Amino acid sequence: MISILERVKTALGPEMAGPGLAFVAVVLVFGIASPQFLSAATFGSVAFQLPELGLLTLAMLLPILTGGLNLAITFTANIAGLTVAWVLRENGGVDAGIGIFIAGCLLALMVGAASGVVMGLVIAFTRAHPILVSLSMMIFLRGLGEFLTRGGDISGFPAFMGPIGHGSIAGIPVPLIVFIACVLGWHVLLGRTKLGFNTYMIGSNLEATRYSGINTRKAIVLVYTLSGVMCAIAGIIMLARFNSVRIGHGESYLLITVLACFLGGVNPFGGFGRVIPVFVALVVLQLLSSGLNLIGANQHLATAVWGILLVGVMILRWVASRIKISIVRRGS
Amino acid sequence: MRSLIRTHATEFSLLAVIVIISTVLSVATANFFSLGNAFDLLNISAVNIIFAVGLLVVLIAGGIDISFAVAASVVQYCTAIALGWIGGGGWISGLLIAGSLGVLLGCLNAFLIHRFRIISIVATISTFNIYFGLLMFFTRGVSIYDLPEWLTDRVILFEQEMPDGTWIEITLPVLVMVICVVATWMLITRTTIGRQLYAFGDNPEGARRFGINIGAMQFIAFGWLGLMAGIGGLIQAHYAQEVVPNALYGRELDVLAAVVLGGARLGGGKGSVLGCVLGVLLISITQNGLNLMGVSPFAFKMIVGAIILVAITLSNTRIERLLPFVGRGAGR
Amino acid sequence: MHQATSATVGEKPLLSLRNINMTFGGVKALKNVSFEGRPGEVHCLAGENGCGKSTLIKVITGVYRPADGAVIEYDGEIYSHMSPVTAQDRGIQVIWQDLALFPEMSVAENIAFHEVLGRRPRLVDYNRMRRIAIDALARLGVTLDVELPLKEYAIAQRQIVAIARALIGEAKLVFMDEPTASLTQSETDHLLEIVRTLSASGVAVVFVSHRLAEVLEISSRITVLRDGALVGVYPAAGMTQSRITELMTGKTFDQHVRARPRDDQPVVLEVRGLTRPGQFEDISLTVRRGETVGITGLLGAGRTELALALFGMLKPASGAISIEGKEVRFGSNRDAIKAGVAYLSEDRLSLGLIQPQAIADNLVIASLRKILSGGLLSEDRKRSLVSRWIADLGVRIGRQADAISTLSGGNQQRVAIAKWLATDPKLLILDCPTVGVDVGARAGIFDIVARLAESGLAIILISDEVPEVYFNADRVLHMAQGRIVGTYDPRQARLEEIEAAVYA
Repeated sequence: MISILERVKTALGPEMAGPGLAFVAVVLVFGIASPQFLSAATFGSVAFQLPELGLLTLAMLLPILTGGLNLAITFTANIAGLTVAWVLRENGGVDAGIGIFIAGCLLALMVGAASGVVMGLVIAFTRAHPILVSLSMMIFLRGLGEFLTRGGDISGFPAFMGPIGHGSIAGIPVPLIVFIACVLGWHVLLGRTKLGFNTYMIGSNLEATRYSGINTRKAIVLVYTLSGVMCAIAGIIMLARFNSVRIGHGESYLLITVLACFLGGVNPFGGFGRVIPVFVALVVLQLLSSGLNLIGANQHLATAVWGILLVGVMILRWVASRIKISIVRRGS
Repeated sequence: MRSLIRTHATEFSLLAVIVIISTVLSVATANFFSLGNAFDLLNISAVNIIFAVGLLVVLIAGGIDISFAVAASVVQYCTAIALGWIGGGGWISGLLIAGSLGVLLGCLNAFLIHRFRIISIVATISTFNIYFGLLMFFTRGVSIYDLPEWLTDRVILFEQEMPDGTWIEITLPVLVMVICVVATWMLITRTTIGRQLYAFGDNPEGARRFGINIGAMQFIAFGWLGLMAGIGGLIQAHYAQEVVPNALYGRELDVLAAVVLGGARLGGGKGSVLGCVLGVLLISITQNGLNLMGVSPFAFKMIVGAIILVAITLSNTRIERLLPFVGRGAGR
Repeated sequence: MHQATSATVGEKPLLSLRNINMTFGGVKALKNVSFEGRPGEVHCLAGENGCGKSTLIKVITGVYRPADGAVIEYDGEIYSHMSPVTAQDRGIQVIWQDLALFPEMSVAENIAFHEVLGRRPRLVDYNRMRRIAIDALARLGVTLDVELPLKEYAIAQRQIVAIARALIGEAKLVFMDEPTASLTQSETDHLLEIVRTLSASGVAVVFVSHRLAEVLEISSRITVLRDGALVGVYPAAGMTQSRITELMTGKTFDQHVRARPRDDQPVVLEVRGLTRPGQFEDISLTVRRGETVGITGLLGAGRTELALALFGMLKPASGAISIEGKEVRFGSNRDAIKAGVAYLSEDRLSLGLIQPQAIADNLVIASLRKILSGGLLSEDRKRSLVSRWIADLGVRIGRQADAISTLSGGNQQRVAIAKWLATDPKLLILDCPTVGVDVGARAGIFDIVARLAESGLAIILISDEVPEVYFNADRVLHMAQGRIVGTYDPRQARLEEIEAAVYA
């Protein structure tokens, strides 16, 4: 029994404490404050809102684990969405077939990957700071997108795309299924593959990792490439959900994804952090905004509360470390 | 001379790039190479330069601040309301109110960072969301157009028509910008506090052993950025003649890119006011030049992004490799 | 052994500590320690890593506050604890092991930091700062461009800057924590000269170094600590290195030459005329199966660069490397690892191991393919691989998931060796494997090296401590200025002979 608990504990890791606590607190507070909170409606709204932010957060997670950051995620997603839109429009618009759509998606994934490859190469070979590289990539992609769309919306897509954004399979929204599949994919990637292993090691000490015979450049390029691919998936989901593409859509998610990672216990300097706690953190954030919605607040207040939540969790971590120190002292 | 180039490599290469771009632009366009245009550039860049020198101080002290641009928006809004209460006010009262509010918001960041040992990027991403969320929540996104007259009237301190028919104008924003730049330069190069900030950013543990007051360093750095954000916010309201709650949203990353382009190091201990100003100017000059060349405004950002990406790539591929005559340092 | 320099040593102690106790998180770091320093004396503080040397220095300089009952008597006044400000104001200066310098700031600012950039806000007097810096350097007989950022200078000059900084103002008591750790021999000689000048001028110097030869050469008295407790205070005259080692560890070591003939074994590594201008020139050597070849020489002789070239991380300009008779060209260290070369870095903290990460992950990082199962990393395989090596090399650990930084230097080094053994190497290059390892634990490391050689591994053992290679290698190569200038057989040559050649 104890060994199972121990195993669960090591599987969840120390990162779980923050988001886990926040989860319980949010459910308790809103459960008491609003009788409708613990209902299928809340689940429904969370389930539909979670994937967009969630997929982008997954895209942000990998670079943060290597000690970097990818500030280009939202615009990479936009450009990927734009790619699908362009392929569809060039091939019949509303009447385009499903084959065209799939081709568009593949091209979009490649576009996302390309943005990641460029960033990865620059970061790996010049050792430029990832914040700066991804920032300039973000400015570039935003400019590119605005140039291509002239700042407007692009819409008019085939009807079969609706279910991808709004449909459900066995009661579970399709975007959520895609998201959960990606979460599991990332979980396996980080926990069970060489690339995941190397990601953590690079995040803690790049040079020592290189001395250990790891191709750190390849790993960094792959990390940013995968991040770009994940952005593209997010972009496709966003396209299907809104039935339109606009450059700048989801822009406000950018810093929220970073917030979600930190809330999920990811070390801001890299090297430590797991997918499942980040997933829980994302659920907490969405529950918070749904709960606030129920008691009449809007998304902006929810944004502020997200910020307060992160500060709160950080202060609690500080208090916990203080208590730990004082216990050790007293124990002597 | 060689050692001057070696110790100020970033400033020199920025200057060189600016000279090259300016030469190209003066050949390609009729209007670029005129004093009138040069002063236009200063007018346009004033607010960004004010923000940039503030952010520079935080970067030198080893921190980062994501929240200053939305903090400036909060300051704008609150100042506009406060000026209403006191019945209009004037430039002195306006700057005092904006400055103190800015310092207050900056100090909140410093408090979180110092008191609870929260890493600056985590703390300021939180406050970014808190400030922006609350601002949008309380203002409901409504802009203020009804500003006091003194604030919206253009203040031209000096004007003169040039022989080529263009006008030289020095406006209030430029004067304020120059004062902020000089004050920051004084602070970080001429005072013991400034040198302590460098030392703290360069080697925090070493600084601590020297008995430097770490808490004071955080409050001074973030307080100074807050002051600059407050002043910059008011000047921006003056320049735009309106207060739009989300007008400065996203500005933080543009300014960050310019400051780091100017040689400041994420991680602390390095950066100069000159480099910082040149970084902002390089971006403005490029935009201005593209504008004059008749390039679509939608393409600006794309090109600017590409230029920053190339600049970073080059500046990180070791200046020695590009300038063989500089020779190798004494390091082994 | 060398006689202590005869300086005018004051009769009355400048500093006298009694009853110093210090506890960290339940561990007693200092137990009732006393210490004394006289004006004009060079007093050495000796002990293994973690014996409490650094803690004691931090107590004296006010960084730590000792438990109640402590008596710190300094220059006629009695304190229960110090503060960094009081300590500096009263002339106590420390040259920390990590120097605590500011690389981006100018040499002048680094030297005159306390004096000019002090604590009160005011304008910086750059002229005064420059004058102070130039004067301070002149006192040490050094000229540097004080306007340049410190990072432009190499470690030896930085060391001098740190000393110059300590001498500003009225330094009465100067602590030097491992000041020679990263200096070459001539730089060390220069530093010791400076220390002598200092003590001759009446300054009390407390010198901490793991290089016992230096300790005997420079100091007049030696205080030995073990496990946070005082072992005793001894005059340096009549002391020997082995006696100090015994006092530090509480054990006696019987060192004998382990060299034995390996000429009948097949050649594993053959290097012909390997050259990388400015780093190493015309290096030729062979290492046979089961043979341990020692390479010694001063810091900066090109030892590490040669090792990195054999490990594929530096490209030689000319020459050839063959492994088991096949010529190899390495594009990266991955090729070298594949060919059976392993390299244990001298810089365990930042290159050898990934300090914040788990012991298990550090151990398997170079041999991930061994724990793959169906294309994915297997937790079970990892655990059993790690357990096997931990047991094999006798590493004492808590849990495999603990960070490697929680281990002692000796245990960390064992994990680092295990990491490379897990790659099934043919040739293991050990670059200064005892750096930061306690004297007591070093023997354990060399026992492992001997066992590995016995099992047929070819080993290159690099060390700047001649006795290490003399006692543990089958052949000793002497490198100087990038070239191999001498080859010795420990069974025929005497230790003193090799030392004389190396330190000449």
